[in-house]
Amino acid sequence: MRIKAITRLLFTLGFITWLVLVFMDLTVQVSLANNIPPEVPSWLSGLVLNLFILSLFYYYKLKIEKDEVLNFVDLLWRVFATGLVATVASLTLRLIEYLLNDTKLTTHIVFKDLNYMINLGLMISFLIMAYSAWKRLILYQKSKWLLRLWAFFEIGLLISLLYDSFGIQQIEWSYIAFLATLITVALILSGNMKWVAFLNFRQKWTSLLLLLLTVFYLLYIFYTNSTLAEEIDGQSAYFTDYRTNVFVLSLIVFVTMYAMFSFLVILFNLPTTSVFEQKLEEVVNFQRISQSIQTEQSEESVYNILLETSVSSVFADAAWLEINGTTLQKRVFTYKITDKESQDIINHLNSHNIKGVFDQGSEKTKNLSKHLASLKGSRFRSILAFPIYVKGENIGTLALLKELPEGFNKEMTKIVGTFSNQAGISIENFRLMEEALQNERYKEELKIAKMVQKSLLPAVLEQDEDFEIAAFSQSADEVGGDYYDTLRINEHLVSIIIADVSGKGTTAAFHMSQMKGIFHSLSRKDVEPDEFMRQANQALIHCLERGSFISATYFVIDTALKTVRYARAGHCPILYYCSEKKSFEYFKDKGVALGMVRNKSYANFIQAYEFPYRPGDLMVLYTDGITEAKDIKSEEFGYERLLETVKDLHDLPARGVQDHLISKLYEFSGTDNIDDDYTTMIVKFSSTKTPETEHFGKLKDKH
Amino acid sequence: MIHIKRLQEDGADIIALIGEIDASSSIELDLAIAKSVGEGFNKILVDCGSLDYISSAGLGVFMSYIEEFKDRNIKMVLFGMSEKVANTFSILGLNELLEIGKDKAQAKKIVNEL
Repeated sequence: MRIKAITRLLFTLGFITWLVLVFMDLTVQVSLANNIPPEVPSWLSGLVLNLFILSLFYYYKLKIEKDEVLNFVDLLWRVFATGLVATVASLTLRLIEYLLNDTKLTTHIVFKDLNYMINLGLMISFLIMAYSAWKRLILYQKSKWLLRLWAFFEIGLLISLLYDSFGIQQIEWSYIAFLATLITVALILSGNMKWVAFLNFRQKWTSLLLLLLTVFYLLYIFYTNSTLAEEIDGQSAYFTDYRTNVFVLSLIVFVTMYAMFSFLVILFNLPTTSVFEQKLEEVVNFQRISQSIQTEQSEESVYNILLETSVSSVFADAAWLEINGTTLQKRVFTYKITDKESQDIINHLNSHNIKGVFDQGSEKTKNLSKHLASLKGSRFRSILAFPIYVKGENIGTLALLKELPEGFNKEMTKIVGTFSNQAGISIENFRLMEEALQNERYKEELKIAKMVQKSLLPAVLEQDEDFEIAAFSQSADEVGGDYYDTLRINEHLVSIIIADVSGKGTTAAFHMSQMKGIFHSLSRKDVEPDEFMRQANQALIHCLERGSFISATYFVIDTALKTVRYARAGHCPILYYCSEKKSFEYFKDKGVALGMVRNKSYANFIQAYEFPYRPGDLMVLYTDGITEAKDIKSEEFGYERLLETVKDLHDLPARGVQDHLISKLYEFSGTDNIDDDYTTMIVKFSSTKTPETEHFGKLKDKH
Repeated sequence: MIHIKRLQEDGADIIALIGEIDASSSIELDLAIAKSVGEGFNKILVDCGSLDYISSAGLGVFMSYIEEFKDRNIKMVLFGMSEKVANTFSILGLNELLEIGKDKAQAKKIVNEL
């Protein structure tokens, strides 16, 4: 809004100064005609003229330079429109003069001067308008140097205003030198025509017309003004004569010159416009191929874009794209050619033992046109083949065809060569992205597997008046295969399992879930621990793959008999604290892991054991992730350190033992992010109750 | 990391394991045994003297050959295990399924008796 107000103000100011100028000039003429010495000093009219010029200058500056939306043709159109208005106004004056033909009025100096002043005003505003427009065109692609030159030119024009207003034109040599300098600079500036290149064919024609008319208007207005000035010059000795005004003259030369140059440049550019447009299209096509990686859904789209862009860039009549792919099956994408036709050409070239089109060993693009001459019945006379590379591997060939002989030039070869390279890169990127997505999917799957595995572990453990159980399990980044669980069989029987599936990842989690199924179905049936293992082994040998096994220990705590019956199938030995002996020991018992013996003879390798428990006893169960945890020096946590760690903890509740053990483990390994699955389960037999059982017996082999 | 050396003595193939066998290097162990079998040896001695560590995946490799060897009458004896490695075998119960000798001499004796 502020700019709008200022432009209006400037316009009003320009109009008023013009009126003042006209009034002053007329007063002078009237005074001179009546032989009275003019009262208006000559410098004043010069000053008013400068004011008029400056206000118009800033008016157009704001109107043209600040308008971001204007394109080149719009600018030219504005100049043309201003010229049209000025010319029409001038012609109207001429018509009035003609109508009042040779009356006293028309020959009167005052009328002539008024006519001249109006024309002068029109000319100056037209010139300044054009000047502003040209400035924008010249500075469309600016360099530091150009901006400096332009600033020099504008300052020169400003000085010329001062120079003119003080009427120093008497000093002839400085006048000529000044004018010459300004015109030289204007000439140099007129060489900046970069905007022309950005016009398309249609815009160029429009611009030509507009510029031609603009030049015509300019010439007409110059002619009108100069004849009028001459006529007045003959009658009056003193008037506002633009012909000695350096500013106006420089502007006339600059504006006309630039208009004519532009006209000529556009005219000579017309025949090559199609080339420029084609180049631009190539750039756009190139971008399309590059962007296709982000936007397209499949490799097919990239192939299709490559085909389209190549064809349109070299004006090919037909094309095909053969992709080898990873499978042996070749895929052919065709454009304006039937599969049969393309196959005929391929066969023809192959039968003539011509290498290049489908010889994947060829590295360079080949022009195979001469070989087509011998193929009868084909409408094509030119063929060009391009290999497409992805990661240095030739994945296919692009063939372009023309009905004209010698239809491809070097330039086209280069362009399509670049396209096929870019397409190769796009496809490579595409494949990389596919891979990344695939990896992401795997990670997602692993996450799900890990969640499933977590959910396989019980949230709540069975508790009893006689004992309490605490458990802790952590798996590595991948899915782990540690499993523990408890199940109440009846009022006085509780079963416990701790297991470790060999291997990691989804298969381990899968086997773990099988183990859970086996545990929940078998233990409900109240089978003895050794029988549990036998049946579990029988069930597992059908699902465990070669080399996979599960180590497990299965317990049944009998609170009626105050005994623990268990079978150990290759799992880490139980660490037991006997409150009577007041010492820890590892149970040395026998048992082969599940899945190692894949027949009924497994029964020979598993045994059940039984021992009575006493209040205050402590059972530490764990997986090898704990004993095999390493410190910085790659030393293992080991069985002895495990025993040392829990040695003094026999008075703590189960949870306390567990927390202490885990924190010691972290302390040892120096991290709480151990890259393995590790699980511990602590069973603490309550010390509150008075012992009722007989003394802690030796391990009793049931068999 | 595992380094596997093979040499033949008295008609037996001796596979020496040097280093550690984890999930990834267990594949090499599997290949070495498979190669020995492929070459027609029916007496295989595995030298565990320089074996520092074996993971469950490595044990799985030995385990996976037990039945096949029984069917094809191929004898495999492990020997020279450190206490720690021997413990790993015995915890899983593999010492009951595999023939394990103290040293090479004993291993040779076992393999010839079988």
